Amino acid sequence: MDTLILGLPVAYYIAMVAKVLVAFVFVLLTVAYATYAERKIIGHMQVRLGPMRTGWHGLLQPIADGVKLFFKEEIIPDQASKFAFLLAPLVALIPAFISFAVIPFGGTIEVFGYKVPLQIAAYYDQAGAQVFDINVGVLYILAMASLGVYGVVLAGWSSNSKYSLLGGLRSAAQMISYELSAGLAIIAVFMLSGSLSLHQIVAAQADGAWYVFKQPIAFVIFFICSLAEINRTPFDLPEAETELVSGFITEYSSMKYAMFFMAEYANMVTVCAVTTTLFLGGWHGPAFLPGWFWFVAKVYFLIFVCMWIRATYPRYRYDQLMHLGWKVFLPITLLNIVGTGIWIAVTQF
Amino acid sequence: MESIFFFVVAAVAVICSLLVITCKNPINSALSLVMTFFCLATFYVMLDAPFMAVTQVIVYAGAIMVLIIFVIMLLNVKAETVKPNTHAVLAGSAIGIFSMFLTVWFLLKGSLTGATGSMSPQSIAKTGHIEIIGKALFTDFLLPFEVTSILLLVAIIGAVILAKKRI
Repeated sequence: MDTLILGLPVAYYIAMVAKVLVAFVFVLLTVAYATYAERKIIGHMQVRLGPMRTGWHGLLQPIADGVKLFFKEEIIPDQASKFAFLLAPLVALIPAFISFAVIPFGGTIEVFGYKVPLQIAAYYDQAGAQVFDINVGVLYILAMASLGVYGVVLAGWSSNSKYSLLGGLRSAAQMISYELSAGLAIIAVFMLSGSLSLHQIVAAQADGAWYVFKQPIAFVIFFICSLAEINRTPFDLPEAETELVSGFITEYSSMKYAMFFMAEYANMVTVCAVTTTLFLGGWHGPAFLPGWFWFVAKVYFLIFVCMWIRATYPRYRYDQLMHLGWKVFLPITLLNIVGTGIWIAVTQF
Repeated sequence: MESIFFFVVAAVAVICSLLVITCKNPINSALSLVMTFFCLATFYVMLDAPFMAVTQVIVYAGAIMVLIIFVIMLLNVKAETVKPNTHAVLAGSAIGIFSMFLTVWFLLKGSLTGATGSMSPQSIAKTGHIEIIGKALFTDFLLPFEVTSILLLVAIIGAVILAKKRI
């Protein structure tokens, strides 16, 4: 009980490992069934049925797909740069998962007399009065998002194919452009919350004071920029089938292809979780259901919105995309920051 | 526990920085450099400066190295053929070793070991180190901060003018 490692009881570490496992399994399952949900939802929106054959209403489809991809032949192009080619899927997948380390996915629960905050990189002090979490949580997420670009760029370059290279370059340019607007959009949230810690940002949104109501412009721009950063429709130019085959994943096969696929969906889950945390009040909701339920419900709703957008909008053209990012979103986010500053100055002083 | 962790990360940092200069493929060198930056970020975390760590990752690993890789990809730099350029290598390593000894010598000569500034871990924890950095940037170091941003602006405009024939 009282054994301390780096000044904390052993139980804290056990709790942390348990939280890692729970979050990891949650993201993996969500990723698997997001592929199914996407096909089903888009199918119904286009008056089709979507997958129907594997299991009841196609419910076993993700498992069948996984098994199929697992047993496919692994092909590495002859002229590929082998090290980077093998590294790229991992580099794409890992940042998407480790962003979850700082996202609070629920309130506090009590296990064996210990208070455990439902956030991986957080713990209560020994008196149980105050939560400590990483106090630059939002920046950590931005940093991980900026690392995701390596997977795409490396995949594009190492495949030694025109389509892959063009897809990779496009994607890198797109991610760098939209990262900027996304980062500037959430500065307005920091200005209101006065903290970069996600725990405190969620705490500031208790009782329905969600930032989506105070910062609607920032919310819309952040969500759109996030879609662009993770290459979702209508910004899926890096893998525009009509022009580039499959973009940077053209040369990949078998499990490595599956890893890029998982990275795409894991990124979507992460982005939806971050948006929930920053703008939709995190795990706060009516008290008759536990906090984690509200968190999961909001995340799933946003994932549904992503799929809805995919079923609705056509793809942007490349110059339109750059125009939108640099000439529309960037000025609006800057004005939003100035406006928020004026508002804070007027209301607080 | 902490020192074991430090030595593991330090070993990775040293190996990666060696790989930066020994890799023949420029992309692999660039990747090793990213890994080195990551190790540096880990050191910042161990020094209780998470903001510095995250900035290190965002700016160096996330932005600058992506640009460098971009350039390597666009220019399609092939694996470097080894040129026996021993004089330059000798001179460079001599200068490097000399400056390292100079640094160590100055460090040992001065009274820096054990000296404390106005900040202590307690005072940093009390105000929060982002607040401290922000305050210092916008009060004491306002002029250098603004001058730096103007310098960057000049660089951007210069790059556009150089790259575009007609504006």
